[in-house]
Amino acid sequence: MIRHARLIAAAAGITLLATGCGAAEEAGRPVTLHLFAAASLQEPFEELGEQFESEHEGVDVEFNFAGSSTLVEQIRQGAPADVFASANTSTMDTLVEAGLQGADPVDFAANTLMIAVPRGNPADVADLQSLTAEDLNLVVCAAEVPCGAATETVEEATGLEFAPVSEEQSVTDVLNKVTSGEADAGLVYVTDVRTAGDAVEGIEFAEAASAVNTYPITTVGDAANAELGQEFVELVTGKTGQEILAGHGFDAP
Amino acid sequence: MSSLPRWVLIPALLGGLFVLLPLMAMALRVHWTHFGELITSESSLAALRLSLQTSAASAALCVLCGVPMSLLLARSEFRGLSLLRSLVLIPLVLPPVVGGIALLYTFGRQGLLGGHLEVLGLQIAFSTTAVVLAQTFVALPFLVISLEGALRTAGTRYEAAAASLGARPSRVLLRVTLPLVMPALLSGTVLSFARALGEFGATITFAGSLQGTTRTLPLEIYLQRESDPEAAVALSFVLMIVAVAVIAVARRRVPS
Repeated sequence: MIRHARLIAAAAGITLLATGCGAAEEAGRPVTLHLFAAASLQEPFEELGEQFESEHEGVDVEFNFAGSSTLVEQIRQGAPADVFASANTSTMDTLVEAGLQGADPVDFAANTLMIAVPRGNPADVADLQSLTAEDLNLVVCAAEVPCGAATETVEEATGLEFAPVSEEQSVTDVLNKVTSGEADAGLVYVTDVRTAGDAVEGIEFAEAASAVNTYPITTVGDAANAELGQEFVELVTGKTGQEILAGHGFDAP
Repeated sequence: MSSLPRWVLIPALLGGLFVLLPLMAMALRVHWTHFGELITSESSLAALRLSLQTSAASAALCVLCGVPMSLLLARSEFRGLSLLRSLVLIPLVLPPVVGGIALLYTFGRQGLLGGHLEVLGLQIAFSTTAVVLAQTFVALPFLVISLEGALRTAGTRYEAAAASLGARPSRVLLRVTLPLVMPALLSGTVLSFARALGEFGATITFAGSLQGTTRTLPLEIYLQRESDPEAAVALSFVLMIVAVAVIAVARRRVPS
């Protein structure tokens, strides 16, 4: 009988120990927050991610930077995303149409187009008008991607007709063609010119105001870490987030 | 077949499924009601036409340069031959994007040769020529590797016999050597055509993307994915059919 009682006690002790361990593990286990963000947001978001990690102990921030449409497609196919930040409203609309948003999307930044030319401006580009010169190698984004849609809007607003030698898949591809000197000029975002540093020169044009690109952000519907995701959204839309974004050349929405 | 152990069947079937299942899954996603209009849009047709033209040009270039290359690799003996062979086959294992970057630094405007070519009034960047160069770069090893293997297997006995009967080297090459390896030459050509047809990475890095000039079918598919996934799936299906047709034709022509 005594032996029996001892056994029970031991069993109870083990159980207690086991649950105790379990709880401790639960609390100490690092949580990974999956952030899906448009490629152009890489630099400011990595900064924000570091800040978020330092403010939340045990939270790991993991980024997936890619074209906004690619990200939406990945989320639709079940990729684990907690937050989605898009480079334009129409791509965010696709996510909302699919009912995958966790909250109403909030606009948090804006970006405008700029002419990028290789260092030294070999083709003497001065303004938007000079992009229509016949022997100029102009590279733009294809109309199917956000920066290309913005380019089309600028064309419509100014009545100019560009004859690009290439319509690239992404703004990064356009920038690469300019930095490598293959293209004489390209239309990219203000923030891209800043990222490229000394390799390119940026030329502003007034007509850019006709095609402002707005960046919305939201949590994802069945996210594993909805609350943390919401906190990150608040960080981005809050004072710190806005300051960091402005530091990378983004405008306020 | 009867001499094979039965267990071979299981991994073989799994492997077969692994290849066929994704293709079937894609075919299931095609919206057949819109299929016709999706693949006959102006941009789709332009991409298909450009792809077929450039791939044919690349395959021709591969034959033109690849046959002499295979002959040299298979029939000559010198120090460094195996090293040379490895170098020639590099595009086979190189990521195509890396190939594109390498081509850019060679034929681009700021490249090794590009600057000189531009003086002569030739601009390769952003032209259809750039697409053909990119495709040839990645497709050439496919022809060389299959032809060189066949040449080594065929051996030199018939060539020696022809030569001893008084045939000059060119005659031996055209009447003996090449007819012997014709099946391998044909399948190598088809392989390089198919590889050129599927080329994406080197093209997008080196040639750019413009409808009717440089935007081949794989680039069009990648772009359509951004705005119209349905069209991308339909075009992928077309590309798959073309690939299957090419392989079927090659198999029929080449007696095993």
